[in-house]
Amino acid sequence: MAQTRKDMLVDPLVDNNPITLQVLGICSALAVTSSLQVAFVMALAVTLVTAFSSMFISMLRNHIPGSIRIIVQMVIIASLVILVDQVLKAYAFEISKTLSVFVGLIITNCIVMGRAEAFAMKNPPVASFIDGIGNGLGYGLILMLVGVIRELFGSGSLFGVTILETVNNGGWYVPNGLLLLPPSAFFIIGLIIWAFRSWKPEQVEEREYKIQVVGDH
Amino acid sequence: MSDQQQNKGPIRRFLDLPTDSVPKTVFVAVSLCLVASMIVSAAAVALRPIQEVNKLKDKQINILQVAGLYEPGTDIVDAFSVFEPQVLELENGVFTTAFDAKTFDDRAAASDPETSIVLTEDPASIGRQSRFVTVYLLRNEDGSLDKVVLPIHGYGLWSTLYGFIALEENGNDIFGLQFYEHAETPGLGAEVDNPRWKALWSGKRLADENGDLQITVAKTAPAAGADHHIDALAGATLTTAGVHNLVRFWMGEAGYGPFLTNLKAGDL
Repeated sequence: MAQTRKDMLVDPLVDNNPITLQVLGICSALAVTSSLQVAFVMALAVTLVTAFSSMFISMLRNHIPGSIRIIVQMVIIASLVILVDQVLKAYAFEISKTLSVFVGLIITNCIVMGRAEAFAMKNPPVASFIDGIGNGLGYGLILMLVGVIRELFGSGSLFGVTILETVNNGGWYVPNGLLLLPPSAFFIIGLIIWAFRSWKPEQVEEREYKIQVVGDH
Repeated sequence: MSDQQQNKGPIRRFLDLPTDSVPKTVFVAVSLCLVASMIVSAAAVALRPIQEVNKLKDKQINILQVAGLYEPGTDIVDAFSVFEPQVLELENGVFTTAFDAKTFDDRAAASDPETSIVLTEDPASIGRQSRFVTVYLLRNEDGSLDKVVLPIHGYGLWSTLYGFIALEENGNDIFGLQFYEHAETPGLGAEVDNPRWKALWSGKRLADENGDLQITVAKTAPAAGADHHIDALAGATLTTAGVHNLVRFWMGEAGYGPFLTNLKAGDL
């Protein structure tokens, strides 16, 4: 299957989105989307980690023994994540304080591993790098969508700038507290998946079983 | 072995081995770990100084904020130099010179058996309490005391809240309270960061005329009166209870009680 580089970049945004189609990386999408700024930094970090880990794994792909394949991938991913974490702590302290453990948890983000295993192990470095960027952007797109809804209606602001003056600060808007809690992200992601699949019916999975009428009634 | 193979370097020879052979597997594992660990430790070592500066700055900004001296854009180190840091021995409430106040680490001291105690009565749920803490004094131009900034911490709903309380020179009037580290529920417990709620603390009194600790964070005012009452956070009963307990613990005899007594007597 020959893909052009543009396809690799654009495909994961909607047609093959890691969150809505592959349903990977949900855990962090719940955790970091209550404010847009944090979601943005998280998306950036995951994009960088996915791109570079895919590239390095692809460079080594002909020398990685099958028996320790996953461990080798994990070592490369984990090193990159620690690097990102250290850089954030040094140059974006405020944001690293809010992201806290979630940066470290990029290691367990299924998207990173998924791309390493599914793409980078079989493709050349440049293609793997672009594929990583594309999937990171696809993840980021959903994160930002969810973040806009949660921050706007949950705290009445976007990127920390007040849009709807909340009652707590003397305004009129009563924020929806549920949107600040992780379950709301589940509902929003569910609705986004529904919207995507109504728009592109080919994304709908085939039923694994059908309910049939058995016997006479 | 042919001549050609012998001419190759040892790494080349290893890379030419079948990928799944045992020596190659060991070689790949060892060399990858070496390279990765070198990169990670190099980054950690190289970036540590910047990270420590950030941490210190963050703490200093919070101390400035709680004392009402923070203006965005000012030089933090410069603004912070008005404070006089002192290491306080909690038990008798006097300053000690056994430690350097500029470098003393309260949190490390709290986990060191030499400098800390295990609490038997522990309303703030902190487990171990350091016997020494760093406090920050703010003096008037004539050298008399203006305010004191005291570190406090205790458990809320999900997390330990770390913060500062600023008191007027009489050791009884609250100037401000601020938490700089916590992980309470956003929108509910995390409203401890809401400026409107923090403003409620200003001007409240810790103890009544008889010297009994009356400060209360609750839905309704205590019998002692509104002077000692801070309204609860709506929808955050347990965080509110946590803040109530930790403030009362630190302002009580097990916390800064002896120090506040000295302060009121004007001994400092």
